[in-house]
Amino acid sequence: MTNGFEPKIVGILCNWCSYAGADLAGISRLKYPANIRIIRVMCSGRVEPSFVLKAFQKGADGVLVSGCHPGDCHYMEGNYKMARRNVFIEELLASFGIEKGRYRQTWISASEGEIFAQVVREMVEEVRKLGPFPGLGARLKELAAAEGGK
Amino acid sequence: MLEEIRIGVYVCHCGSNIADKVDCPAVAAYASQLPHVVVARDYQYMCSDPGQELIRQDIKELKLNRVVVASCSPRMHEPTFRKVCESAGLNGYLYEMANIREHCSWVTEDPQQATEKAKALVRAAVARVVHHEPLFERWAPVNPNILVVGGGIAGIEAALKVAAAGNKVWLVEKSPSIGGNMARLDKTFPTLDCSACILTPKMVSVAQDENITLLTYAEVEQVEGYVGNFRVTIRKKARSVDLNKCTGCGRCQEKCPVEVPSEFEAGLAMRKAIYTPFPQAVPNKPAIDREHCRHFTRTKGKCRVCFNVCQVGAIDYDQEDELVTYECGAIIVATGYGLFDPSVGPQWGYGRYDDVITAIQFERLVNASGPTKGKVVCKDGRVPERIAILHCIGSRDENYHPYCSRICCMASLKLAHLAREKTGAEVYNFYIDLRAFGKGYEEFYNRILEEGVNFIRGKGAEVTQKDGRLVVRGEDTLLGRYREVPVDLVILNTALEPQPDATKVAQIFGIQRSADGFFLESHPKLEPLKTATDGVFIAGCCQGPKDIPDSVAQGAGAAAEALSLATAGKVKISPVVASIDPDLCSGCRMCLPLCPYGAISFNEEKKVAEVNETLCKGCGTCAASCGSGALNVRHFTRNQILTQIEEVLAV
Repeated sequence: MTNGFEPKIVGILCNWCSYAGADLAGISRLKYPANIRIIRVMCSGRVEPSFVLKAFQKGADGVLVSGCHPGDCHYMEGNYKMARRNVFIEELLASFGIEKGRYRQTWISASEGEIFAQVVREMVEEVRKLGPFPGLGARLKELAAAEGGK
Repeated sequence: MLEEIRIGVYVCHCGSNIADKVDCPAVAAYASQLPHVVVARDYQYMCSDPGQELIRQDIKELKLNRVVVASCSPRMHEPTFRKVCESAGLNGYLYEMANIREHCSWVTEDPQQATEKAKALVRAAVARVVHHEPLFERWAPVNPNILVVGGGIAGIEAALKVAAAGNKVWLVEKSPSIGGNMARLDKTFPTLDCSACILTPKMVSVAQDENITLLTYAEVEQVEGYVGNFRVTIRKKARSVDLNKCTGCGRCQEKCPVEVPSEFEAGLAMRKAIYTPFPQAVPNKPAIDREHCRHFTRTKGKCRVCFNVCQVGAIDYDQEDELVTYECGAIIVATGYGLFDPSVGPQWGYGRYDDVITAIQFERLVNASGPTKGKVVCKDGRVPERIAILHCIGSRDENYHPYCSRICCMASLKLAHLAREKTGAEVYNFYIDLRAFGKGYEEFYNRILEEGVNFIRGKGAEVTQKDGRLVVRGEDTLLGRYREVPVDLVILNTALEPQPDATKVAQIFGIQRSADGFFLESHPKLEPLKTATDGVFIAGCCQGPKDIPDSVAQGAGAAAEALSLATAGKVKISPVVASIDPDLCSGCRMCLPLCPYGAISFNEEKKVAEVNETLCKGCGTCAASCGSGALNVRHFTRNQILTQIEEVLAV
């Protein structure tokens, strides 16, 4: 059921919790699909909506953003700012016709290597089912065509 | 004219750690084709001396002005290679790392996929490093004062060592006395030293040291600032006793009419509502437990007995919590452990049968200053003839804590010795494995074997009652036989677990926690005392179960860490901070309230926001919200991240 499609997923992770959690997955030699490529930021609060859109524009089939659990932020409250911004990001993605399963925002701590691996496995499966993302321009054309067809 | 970009790429095999899955020569060959790459090499161990020398030579001979190392996590070796660049005259920030070990070779099954992924990560790093700029670390002064949190043996040792160096130290302890868990123990393994005899002199030294300010019945509420320059807010809880007036005569405790189960005696004896936790407490002055004191619990007929009997007028019912601030350069957190509550597992009969007790209760029972003056007796006063000690209660158990609590094997051997010495009883140890790991521990085990203690290899699975006598059931895995052992007293050696308030404490100090809930060190082997927050160190059982020698060693080690900072007098501050382009700033002020450190201010004259680089920690939350694109974070600029995203997708 893989229909040969290997999705590309960009993971934007905060240095202190989620990136360290991904490191722990490695240190624990947990196996997960190679489809995710990780970008490090110091805090999930650094993540701009444009980072997510850029990924979809440049060929990502899915995007994961992950930070420290609420209350655990290395910078006290950057993750809360991300959580607030996330509402906007989700709306923005919906307006581009990007399916929900292609974007995920999670909290993963430095000790949750197993959870990180599991999140990647789940997400790769979900995006695989959704199929390749045609790109922002193509998706907007699809939307316009569907609108015109009504 | 812009300088020509010349990049060197170095792909590390990490022995076989990377090379087993990633075709390192192929990745290097791929990298050599990328724009601006002048040289790309693969090598066995980039972090080794010859590996580092390779980079240094190339920087000099090939005039490299950018370096990419594809190896382990930047959380591991970023500082190493940054130094290599600097030693060859290249700014350390003109370098980027691709994590092809933790995020690639170690987690990927298929070598071909791993190699492809490594290529993508290297390509993104190469594209990113083009946009790097030279950055310069700043220096901040370090306040020589040090804060120690937790007055158990680890915290005591840390405070004494810091004070001996001549630095001022505040020791904050939440209970009314220092001493911690060690104060409750009877003897210590394997030497059978009396715990109090080796601990109390140290407690007294703390009280007498003029460099140490002792704050008992106090808790840290807030930590502001950064390494070298912390500002700590401490809540001194209302003790209701004026420590300057109180002489510690003890009359108030004699006369107090309210009795409460004593925490120190593990519930085996009562204490009063005004109490010192134990006779050798430091300070040896009481506190009023307002939750139980009748002056505070009653609305009418308020009790004033202690006030009336105190001859020096030290009782102060109106005392309120007081907030004090302390400025220090480093913080040592040594907040210790909690104990597993065995009543959550009905199979052990704790709370159901009177003569099922915990190890700490037995410590009090056998202690000469304990509730029975050191007589080991059952609840009804009988001297037990048969005693069972159950190891691993709550430890090494999938249902509770999967980890080993480390000290219980040895503590159980010690308890077996004490039980035999005091009562002559037959003692049965139910154990899974016996872990006698320390110096002199195996010898101690042999000694206990020779003393005639019985060992049954198998976990004590259930405690029941049969004909009025306790029975321990378990499988003897050496005999392959099910055993039922009738006994008079059962001792449950319970797991060490994180303090109940570990979550809150971790958040206050910016410490992360490992999966078991204990505080997480920076590196399990090479940085066992450091945390994710620079200048905050951990020692003792708050990091994980430890015996006394290890806790003492860690306390002293944490003191050394804090003192290295203090003695250097200055500390490097990362140049990864926010910056604002005044030409782009629209003056909207959106960023001001977003900064948790108050590092952004508004320049009314120029009508633009400005960053105070000393306060900024570089999280970048402000940059992400800047509508005009004026705000950026150095080394994590919009341009750098967007380029990295674009290129990581290009393979």
